[in-house]
Amino acid sequence: MSSTTASLTGASPIGANPADAYHEDVVRAFVIATIFWGVAAFAAGVYIALQLAFPALNLGLEWTSFGRLRPLHTSAAIFAFGGNALLGSSFYVVQRTCRASLFGGAAPAWFVFFGYQFFIVLAALGYMLGITQSKEYAEPEWYVDLWLTLVWVVYLVIFVGTLIKREEPHIYVANWFYLAFIITVAMLHIVNNLAIPVSPFSTKSYSLFSGVQDALTQWWYGHNAVGFFLTAGFLGMMYYFIPKQAKRPVYSYRLSIVHFWSLIFLYIWAGPHHLHYTSLPDWASTLGMVFSVMLWMPSWGGMINGLMTLSGAWDKLRTDPGLRFSVTAVAFYGMATFEGPVMSIRQVNALSHYTDWTIGHVHSGALGWNAFITFGMLYYLVPALWKRERLYSIRLVSWHFWTATIGILLYITSMWVSGIMQGLMWRAYDQLGFLQYSFVETVQAMHPFYIIRALGGLCFLTGALIMVYNLWRTARGDVRDEAPYGGTRGASAPSTAAA
Amino acid sequence: MPTKIEKDSLTGTETTGHEWDGIKELNNPLPKWWLYTFYACVLFSVVWSVLYPSVPGIRSYFAGITGSHQRKDVEEKLSAAAASQAQYRDKLANLDFAAIRNDPELTRFALSGGRVLFAENCAPCHQSGGVGAKGYPNLADDDWLWGGSIEAIHQTLRNGIRWPGNDDTRLSQMPRFLADGMLTAPQVNAVADYVLSLSGLGPANLPTVAEGAKIFAEQCVACHGEQGKGNRELGAPNLTDKIWLYGSDKASVVQTIAQSRNGVMPAWSGRLDPATIKMLALYVHALGGGE
Repeated sequence: MSSTTASLTGASPIGANPADAYHEDVVRAFVIATIFWGVAAFAAGVYIALQLAFPALNLGLEWTSFGRLRPLHTSAAIFAFGGNALLGSSFYVVQRTCRASLFGGAAPAWFVFFGYQFFIVLAALGYMLGITQSKEYAEPEWYVDLWLTLVWVVYLVIFVGTLIKREEPHIYVANWFYLAFIITVAMLHIVNNLAIPVSPFSTKSYSLFSGVQDALTQWWYGHNAVGFFLTAGFLGMMYYFIPKQAKRPVYSYRLSIVHFWSLIFLYIWAGPHHLHYTSLPDWASTLGMVFSVMLWMPSWGGMINGLMTLSGAWDKLRTDPGLRFSVTAVAFYGMATFEGPVMSIRQVNALSHYTDWTIGHVHSGALGWNAFITFGMLYYLVPALWKRERLYSIRLVSWHFWTATIGILLYITSMWVSGIMQGLMWRAYDQLGFLQYSFVETVQAMHPFYIIRALGGLCFLTGALIMVYNLWRTARGDVRDEAPYGGTRGASAPSTAAA
Repeated sequence: MPTKIEKDSLTGTETTGHEWDGIKELNNPLPKWWLYTFYACVLFSVVWSVLYPSVPGIRSYFAGITGSHQRKDVEEKLSAAAASQAQYRDKLANLDFAAIRNDPELTRFALSGGRVLFAENCAPCHQSGGVGAKGYPNLADDDWLWGGSIEAIHQTLRNGIRWPGNDDTRLSQMPRFLADGMLTAPQVNAVADYVLSLSGLGPANLPTVAEGAKIFAEQCVACHGEQGKGNRELGAPNLTDKIWLYGSDKASVVQTIAQSRNGVMPAWSGRLDPATIKMLALYVHALGGGE
């Protein structure tokens, strides 16, 4: 085996003083949790996709019905998989780019880790048992919300504390994005979940807001969960791992400043576009739309900085499939952040809203951007954290890449076709002024696409399982005897020729 | 780490002189196309906000110079749609069925609308095309519980079957012969054997059939008739054919006699307007079994 450093006790020293070391144990725990919840989220997604195609698969049980498993899937994907990836990578990145160990030492960081996993389990149990406040991405009831608030505040203190005690004169751009993510999510979470419990012993609560105010608060939260959790946070991840993988400087410092502030300022106003053609006043609807349109370029600033960082290093895409994940993620990010403003235009939304097009849009973001950038991060981080010279197999990364990419393409193309067809069927009139299709006819027409979507999800899940195997073997310190890209078998794998 | 501006060897661009964990930053300017597209989006947004309702005030809001308003727009579209159908709908509401069917254009309108109206309102129970399901009669065959003339169908549609709160609803109630103690279990069994023999679904030579025939004559003929041919006045089904709403196996028939069924259909009067109900009646009548 080729492992050079046997130390798994946790710490890489910072500078000259060996007593001050980076906290890596907790990051390792977050990495394992990310992988575990990722597979769980993808599997749940495949299962409910199959339920839509074949409803008998809900088994006739309330706990496994679509209505309960769908939020389980979305929360597992966003908060369990994405959340663990963000928390873990932010702890890794903030220490390295500040040249400082985590503020407060190991204990608070471990509290955040276990506290966050406890939040996930509480939320998941609530979904299965039907305990929900029925707000999208904010389904958990008040007691879960309070717990998460506590965990989140500790997380914020650790992160800010580490920034304050940094040894570098400036704060790296990745940390701006991570900090924006942590602060804004705290604000969104607290305001949207303001509620009064029926009693201290009841799981049920009532929101402080009602009617259209409640809807607007919810989508202010919901859209910015996308904006600050799934965009800003993951951009932080991108700003560290892409330059690291490509071994190139970030393309433009000025662009990173301008697109950071414009993104932060504009995103927060875009939520009303989720409520076009509802009881929301017209003026709010218009503002939600124009802020979404203005958001296009600020979003693309991150894509430009990600892609252009590769100038001079494009050849690495051929030999490093981990980097290929990160770069493809940025391309999907660009696609989804163009599609979003288009769909926010009221006249386009009239066709797309409530159809599968929306589902396709979220998944091009969630699978293409969030999951792919996380896979790229994991392929970089696991060898780094477990002190391995390289991954167990580079070729298996390539297999993962292509399986997952085919899965995403099947998913989003089938949802485009299905969603646009659905929208057109809903609004089709004959020349006498009668609707041409009943609702059930549109459902029948979508059935083949539901099957294709489930197949796409299955490809994506398969790819993730390939990754689990590869990372497991990497952590064990195994190296596969395989021909490297651009070389021949045995050239880079020492000591295997003896066998 | 002190600021140390370098030149990137690959592109010749200067760095900002900062470094974090080996990551440096180039000092490239904002891409021009990016900046101008951003400005264009901002300009678009300003123009759009002037055209449409946008800025809120204390008691009102800026309504935009186009005067467009979603609620007004949809009301205009709905009234335009209603106006384009008004001539047909007025005629449908006022004419009787004979007159409607003498007007081919009006009939075509009613049948086109009836198809979608049926799919939206009726298909959940009666299935697409009205083929029915267990407990929900097939509307495309010529077996009718309450009558298959267009007037009878219209009457059923308007008032429903056993629909609470509607005085004209189709009403009849088959007794729960076992549950209410009118017959014993062996007697119910015998009647079931007899009833099944009427349509040839069960053997006629069972010893219970003769006993069943006697009970049938006492208890069932009032509604189902001496021959078991049924009675449309009472919604009593014909027991001699092979069409069985709740199943023709022995267990289902025993269940029907023992517990009764008393299925319900909503009254659509008040839920749908008179012209719409007439369109549905014409459509159902045209499904294949209309008399």
